[in-house]
Amino acid sequence: MSAPPRHSAVMSISNAGPPQSASTDKPQTPQQAQTPTQPMSGLRVPSNRKTIYDRHLNRSRNAELSRASFAFLFAEMVTYAQRRVTGIQDLEKRLNEQGYPLGLRLLDLLFYRSTSTSSSALSSSSTSSSPPNRPLRIITLLHLIHGPLWRLLFQRAADALEHSVSADTPNEYMITDNDPLVNTYISVPREMSMLNCAAFVAGIIEGVCDGCGFEAKVSAHNQPSEMWPSRTVFLLRFGDSVMEREKVLERAGVK
Amino acid sequence: MSYYFTILSPTDTPLFNIAFGTSKGGGDGIARFRFPDTAQYMNQFIIHSSLDIVEEAQWTNGGMYLKHIDTYPPAAAYISAFLTPSGARFLLLHQPPQLPSATPTGSSSLLNASGSATRASSNSIAANPTSPQTEEAVRQFMNEVYDTYVKTSMSPFYKQGMEIRSPVFRGRVTAAGKKWL
Repeated sequence: MSAPPRHSAVMSISNAGPPQSASTDKPQTPQQAQTPTQPMSGLRVPSNRKTIYDRHLNRSRNAELSRASFAFLFAEMVTYAQRRVTGIQDLEKRLNEQGYPLGLRLLDLLFYRSTSTSSSALSSSSTSSSPPNRPLRIITLLHLIHGPLWRLLFQRAADALEHSVSADTPNEYMITDNDPLVNTYISVPREMSMLNCAAFVAGIIEGVCDGCGFEAKVSAHNQPSEMWPSRTVFLLRFGDSVMEREKVLERAGVK
Repeated sequence: MSYYFTILSPTDTPLFNIAFGTSKGGGDGIARFRFPDTAQYMNQFIIHSSLDIVEEAQWTNGGMYLKHIDTYPPAAAYISAFLTPSGARFLLLHQPPQLPSATPTGSSSLLNASGSATRASSNSIAANPTSPQTEEAVRQFMNEVYDTYVKTSMSPFYKQGMEIRSPVFRGRVTAAGKKWL
């Protein structure tokens, strides 16, 4: 599944690269060195003169990353985080911190993509394309994470969404993933059995919650079942300010 | 019509700001605010004072574009807001041109030119800052800036809360302003 886009990307790079340099090798190089400096002083533009602003954000929408390269990269991230850590908690915290900025970004991208698709779908009929609303209540936020965010990351929805049954902890919610992609190629040593590298994903969730204005602490926990040995539960603990606002909004009837 | 546009981080740090004038109806795209040039901080002052209202509206209106949210009558400044899902605030201050003072100066020198200018501005978005056409134009502008902003925030070298210094970004915002406002 991942092979065609990757292959085409490689093809396009190799198509764009050699012919330019091969056909007009000598005049091209001095030109390329001069042109970027002329129009905007101090700004360095790539040789194809395309900045990130010239790329469309939906271009890589259906492109898939090779699972092998992801596994390799993620293993390296874990190794990197493992250096000079004092314990499992510290390691999980570092993984969490790596995921957090990603969550903030994904949030914007998620909304951007859902806006642009809805507008392109409706553009022929009407101009009143309604972009999705920002989540105001916890439940809408959780549905956003459980559905669209999970689909954006893993191409499927998460497996379960639960609210804590205990009356003492009404601020706790759980999202379950039966077989998290990040843990597929991670084998945890026996003496570190508490470790769950999906702490990275927990960090992403935390970034999404914080970005939306829901202060939360998110952690990943192993809860293996017979059918799903790597079942992971993401525990979301919302802050007091969020719960307080939730009550106010409930009274006000905001959905 | 003069505009002052600013992006604020979720923690109220200014990330980007730009002042520009209208390009519609023969406008030259140069901002002419009612304050003297020495008092341009008034724009920032008015925009930042509307943040309280933004934060109030934020939790009752789930849309990203919050429309016209605040008016500062002494300066005839209208403020529209747009919220990104990750909490950045886009605020646009728009100030219609000062018609009473513009007419006498125009009539003294060029009667015809001033007459055509007023007619042009009366049906343009400049004259009615709260009309649906203005709302729509501002919405389009905000959406275009949002597109550019997402591209910025996707850059691995950009951390949320950093000032946006890219001249390309500034160029894009200016272009969006020219196109819609």
